[in-house]
Amino acid sequence: MATTQVLRSEWTKIRSVASTVWTLGLAAVLTIALGVLISILSRNEFNNMNARDRLSFDPTFISFAGMSLGQLAMIVFGVLVVSNEYSTGMIRTSLAAVPQRGTFLFGKVAVATVLAFVVGLATSFIAFFLGQAVLGVHRAQIGDPGVLRAVIGGGLYMTLIAMFSMGVASMLRSPMLALGILMPFFFLISNILGNVSATKKIGRFLPDQAGSKIMQVVTPIDDDTPYGPWGGLGIMVIWVILALFFGYVLLKKRDA
Amino acid sequence: MIELEGLTKHYGEKLAVNNLTFTVRPGIVTGFLGPNGAGKSTTMRMMLGLDNPSAGDVRIDGKHYAQLKDPLRYIGALLDAKAMHGGRSAYNHLLCLAQSNGIPRTRVVEVLDTVGLTPVARKKAKGFSLGMGQRLGIAGALLGDPRILMFDEPVNGLDPEGIHWIRNLMKSLAGQGRTVFVSSHLMSEMALTADHLVVIGQGHLLADTSMSDFIQQNSRSYVRLRSPQQERLLDVLHEAGITVVEAGNGTLEVDSGSPEQLGDLAAAHHLVLHELSPQQASLEEAFMQLTAESVEYHAHTDEPGVPPPVRLPPPPQQQGWGEGWDRTRNKGA
Repeated sequence: MATTQVLRSEWTKIRSVASTVWTLGLAAVLTIALGVLISILSRNEFNNMNARDRLSFDPTFISFAGMSLGQLAMIVFGVLVVSNEYSTGMIRTSLAAVPQRGTFLFGKVAVATVLAFVVGLATSFIAFFLGQAVLGVHRAQIGDPGVLRAVIGGGLYMTLIAMFSMGVASMLRSPMLALGILMPFFFLISNILGNVSATKKIGRFLPDQAGSKIMQVVTPIDDDTPYGPWGGLGIMVIWVILALFFGYVLLKKRDA
Repeated sequence: MIELEGLTKHYGEKLAVNNLTFTVRPGIVTGFLGPNGAGKSTTMRMMLGLDNPSAGDVRIDGKHYAQLKDPLRYIGALLDAKAMHGGRSAYNHLLCLAQSNGIPRTRVVEVLDTVGLTPVARKKAKGFSLGMGQRLGIAGALLGDPRILMFDEPVNGLDPEGIHWIRNLMKSLAGQGRTVFVSSHLMSEMALTADHLVVIGQGHLLADTSMSDFIQQNSRSYVRLRSPQQERLLDVLHEAGITVVEAGNGTLEVDSGSPEQLGDLAAAHHLVLHELSPQQASLEEAFMQLTAESVEYHAHTDEPGVPPPVRLPPPPQQQGWGEGWDRTRNKGA
């Protein structure tokens, strides 16, 4: 069966290049380390907080704080998986071997997604447990309402970030261009749009802002976000589908 | 068998390939010849379904490329030696290609051995020399044991040993009854490998003939004469109504007339000949004549046109040299 062959081939491709190991490794290490660090800082800060902040205190979400940095490595992973084909010229060899471009692209995305999910989920659980361990008395338990959802959601969030990057990379082809747009967007622009009151209403529909809602357990007091955790993740999924769809359409009609 | 019908490719205003119709037949090496920028690589990419034709059609054994199940088992191609991820080992590069077409792992080991890369199979491709990269590309083309093989400029940048290896490989592949289609911008290279020629210039089909027909139709053949009694020989030839050109260094060239006829004529007049030889202009010359008008990027030199390479460069101000060039041009036009 052709699809199985393509999946097997893409697995060989992804496991045989060094960038897979260091991007995913970096994503895990950054997310966990920064999460632990911020958890320590938050525990020390708790006593200085006012009542309002204490009510909004979300130990689960705090242990995921490292994702703001870890997601950048996930973006690099997603971009490189796709754009390596273009930057090396491998794309012509690949498409000569698999002329069904849809099968080729979605086979590649499927393999990379599974890998990103495994790494993302493991990262999310480790970040949670280590984070809670250092939060001490303020910690959340995995059995608390919404916590397990948030932890699994952390893995899903990282996976979707990688998928969105794959879609964008297949539209833009060049790794430099794709990274040059995605990195500043997710690290700076999205945060600015989401925190400035004038643009907040639009900003929260961006993929990362909407998707990260899944990792929240305690809703901030004055929160007026019009979607819940799964709704937010749904918005992110729509972004991912759009990016991959346009990536596919362009791959389909473009000359390789 | 590969069949092209009215294959056309536009890039915006620019016409890269214009209405190409020809067939690549099995069991022989077909040379695909044209100057740089003639549209050879574009045509080959369209054959593999990588570029979409603006018009026309390519069929491989009657099917479109995308309709082939496991295409590497039908057609193997070397397009660009560097069309691979440098960070991947030679073995893994071939393995991922093999897996995508359901080709067993054992075949990867086989082709690595065929191209002589077994010792570096686990090394990353980015450390490979141009020749090794080319060998790896060829290993990829051979992977599916295909009936059709396609090579785009396979000898580019190779050392003599590598060139020799590729020539023999192509011949032996054709000898096994496979279809071999190879592009080059060097006529001399084609002369050594190809049985059939397809020549294009600026995207147009200029010739589609067997190698020997091509030489005959496109090159000048003549008889070279040398005699210690040159003056008398000239007179005798003039009397017989034979046009003759003094080519310098005491040689005469006759376009019309066979060596037999000329030899008999000289003998009848008791003339001593030191040379009587039929000459054929090289393929390079034939190719230059054919593509003279369609070369996209001309290099300008002080020399008018291209001196036929069969002759040594004559001393300056030699009479008859310009004449010879003129005649060559007129014949070619």
